[in-house]
Amino acid sequence: MTELASPARVTPHRARSRRWSRGVRHDLINGLLFVSPWLLGLLIFTLYPLLASLYYSFTDFNVLQPPKFVGAANFIDMFSQNHLFWTAVKNTLIYALMAIPLNIIFSVCLALLLNLKVSGMSIYRTIFYLPTIFPQVVTALLFSWMLNPQFGLVNALLKQIGIPGIGWLTDPSWAKPSLVVLGLWGIGGSMVIYLAALQDVPRHLYEAADIDGAGALVKTWAITLPMISPTIFFNLVLGTIEAFQSFTFVYVITDGKGGPLDSTLLYGLLLYRNAFSYLHMGYASAMAWMLALFVILITLIIFKSSGRWVFYGGESH
Amino acid sequence: MLKSAQPAPIIDMSKQTRHLLTQLAAHILLVLSAILFALPFLWMLSTSLKPDAQIFVLPPRWIPQPFMWNNYPRALTYIPYFTYFNNTLYIAVFNVIATLISCTLVAYGFARINWPGRNILFSVLLATLMIPYPVTLIPTFLIFRQLGWVGTANPLTWPAFFGNAFFIFLLRQFYMTIPTELSQAAKIDGASEFAIYWRIIMPLARPALATVALFTFLANWNDFLGPLIYLADKQNYTLALGLYGFAGARKTEWGLLMAAGTVTVMPIVILFFLAQRTFIEGITLTGTKG
Repeated sequence: MTELASPARVTPHRARSRRWSRGVRHDLINGLLFVSPWLLGLLIFTLYPLLASLYYSFTDFNVLQPPKFVGAANFIDMFSQNHLFWTAVKNTLIYALMAIPLNIIFSVCLALLLNLKVSGMSIYRTIFYLPTIFPQVVTALLFSWMLNPQFGLVNALLKQIGIPGIGWLTDPSWAKPSLVVLGLWGIGGSMVIYLAALQDVPRHLYEAADIDGAGALVKTWAITLPMISPTIFFNLVLGTIEAFQSFTFVYVITDGKGGPLDSTLLYGLLLYRNAFSYLHMGYASAMAWMLALFVILITLIIFKSSGRWVFYGGESH
Repeated sequence: MLKSAQPAPIIDMSKQTRHLLTQLAAHILLVLSAILFALPFLWMLSTSLKPDAQIFVLPPRWIPQPFMWNNYPRALTYIPYFTYFNNTLYIAVFNVIATLISCTLVAYGFARINWPGRNILFSVLLATLMIPYPVTLIPTFLIFRQLGWVGTANPLTWPAFFGNAFFIFLLRQFYMTIPTELSQAAKIDGASEFAIYWRIIMPLARPALATVALFTFLANWNDFLGPLIYLADKQNYTLALGLYGFAGARKTEWGLLMAAGTVTVMPIVILFFLAQRTFIEGITLTGTKG
């Protein structure tokens, strides 16, 4: 940086280099000026909070009094004593392991169906996409009404085909699957992304497969899926990060309690409760950093594995 | 190769029937999924128009008898809908304007000016996208608490002036596709960087700006966690938060609750139908360019 900006000493080139270096300096100042809003935001709303929450995670801090350094006590408490922490970890992992694959499978399948060039495609697309713009609060309230065990629509419809009512959100073993169903209503967004990826798959690959007499299933498996695997990969990373931070649905449905019997006490909910209900800011910061480390670890694993299943032969990827 | 040597008409016939069968199967599956996806929305509308007694009738009735239009005014007066609406609109519009100003400037700095250190800072920007929000949430809350802003809408609005990493990334990708010759020609004519940004890049980037505006509006209209943490006084509540409060107070009055839910969703559903193309193109842009 400084090397480029400092005036050159060699005389023959002097005039030219000077002008060039002045140009670079000019660009540097302009560039920094243009990005300065973000740069300031980075310092105030990202870097400082990162360092501060790292510090808080080693303290006992209730906001009203200054933080008191307690070493690794928060982390030790988390791992050895606090059973709620492990309940939340277990719940979140179970939820994520159900939600992430199902979201991908269903949204890819819907996109494949829409990609068959059926008539009325844009109407279907609108119907599938519309739920994704709903406020999560509305979706959560709507589903807690539809999944109501006595009067909800879902149990009423099940009864008509002879299936006895399910407790859904009031039954600890059904509460997590109910949350997954809620999330599935919102797969329209990733479906649209897959649809765009599908439309980018070069035609000639399918034509070549046709000549070899390949059937639809073979073509899907051998051409379509590899060609859209970068998009699946991208959605897998984003979906994982999202699943481990999910909060609003479960907060609204359970009124912040994570019930029944803590069966929907997700990590994000426990973290929120510690921070803003109990004002255990130190402990909550420690939880936030554990979450960050875990998310980084999972992302790295996904990235590492991507060499085996993500196909980067497509154009412009 | 052998297969392609078979008589052509047979292949065509089987191909045609197979094609028809696939189309038929696809249509059946699509219609079924579309019904499943539309059910919740229709059920919300149906419930919102039912008299109390009919809400709990089994088997469920889809068409309310009579239509209780009265549920809507009742819901709108129970929650101060227009106050919440105005609060939400204020936050959303503020964010749209501030985000457009900050993100377009920053993206210009990353895309159209070549300066030492640019690429490193851009990697930092991309890295910040991966940070889980709970990590920065608590210190950020404490900053606003120090400023005396907790309980006001300020923490939900002013930060937008510092840009949003995701939209900066999006706009930068878009700016990169605009030919550099345009800027160079203007530079030769003596235009400043700001003039190039304002007169050349901004008009050409309109589709990307629409996407950013739309998604910023939507995110702020629907946001729940931010208002939950920062807003204390009912006078300042947003629609999302107000609706949640309503649900807590009148848990079993599903007719009113669904009416309130419907009027919360309506503005963005209308927006969606007005700007459907921008939505679909925008989400494609955000999803595949990553």
